[in-house]
Amino acid sequence: MRKVVRKWFWVWDFDKEEKWLNEMAAKGLALVAVGWCRYEFEDCVPGAYKICLDFLENHFGRVENEKYITFLEETGAEQVGVMSRWVYFRKKVSGEDFQLFSDNASRVRYLTRVIRFIALLGGLNLYMGCFNIFMFFQAIQHHNYINLLGIVNLLIAAACACGAFRLFRKRKKLKVEQQIFE
Amino acid sequence: MANPAMTEAVYYILLSLMEPMHGYGIMQNVERLSGGRVKLAAGTLYGAINTLLEKGWIVAVSEKAISDKCFSHDKGNRKKEYFITEQGKRMLQDEIVRLQELLENGTRILQGQGERI
Repeated sequence: MRKVVRKWFWVWDFDKEEKWLNEMAAKGLALVAVGWCRYEFEDCVPGAYKICLDFLENHFGRVENEKYITFLEETGAEQVGVMSRWVYFRKKVSGEDFQLFSDNASRVRYLTRVIRFIALLGGLNLYMGCFNIFMFFQAIQHHNYINLLGIVNLLIAAACACGAFRLFRKRKKLKVEQQIFE
Repeated sequence: MANPAMTEAVYYILLSLMEPMHGYGIMQNVERLSGGRVKLAAGTLYGAINTLLEKGWIVAVSEKAISDKCFSHDKGNRKKEYFITEQGKRMLQDEIVRLQELLENGTRILQGQGERI
């Protein structure tokens, strides 16, 4: 039987998202499809699947992305769905672990890709926010209240800055480890 | 200048590719060679393979028809295989010399200390 769950995760909370999806799989609900804040599950043997998320290198590099996904599928991973640049993989496991990255260098590259995306998102919102607020105060007599949406832009930009900061700290920790261990 | 140290993943990938092998085969072989200690993840392996291809240390040799039914969703049952080049073999030899130096120095100094105690 299929079950649809609607849930929201911030971009930088991909670890929490992955953990939640694996908890669902452990309960006997394996991910089969993803959409905007939408997760579709089907019944499975509890713990039969492990879920991993990845953030694709290039949004427009379709051929490169397909090559990468095919390679992963050849190693037993199954692509469940794609959401923006996020790809959801699942793998049938029998005790063993399923991870996409096994060294700090590739984990650092993964975090860098996400940080860059968040920086772009935050930067765009900061620009839009400043522009809208500026336009609101420019009109002395007839304020265009739609420009107040700039506050929402600025709030999103602030959230992006917090999220990026958290990922920066995580990446820094990995880089320090990398100086000692591989 | 001496070559910088190889990562454990690259070292074992090159060793595995002394015979042609596809991605999943490399993952299994590395785990077997290291007695289960080194488990290469697919994303890490993909990045390493691309870097090694760019450097010319390995080449993609063919697409092999796979008969084993390890994956129910195997697309077309054909997988790309990789093989070490002469340059890759030289890099591997240099790395073995470097590792021998590390091992000999470590053993000599630690044993010397043991004798003093």
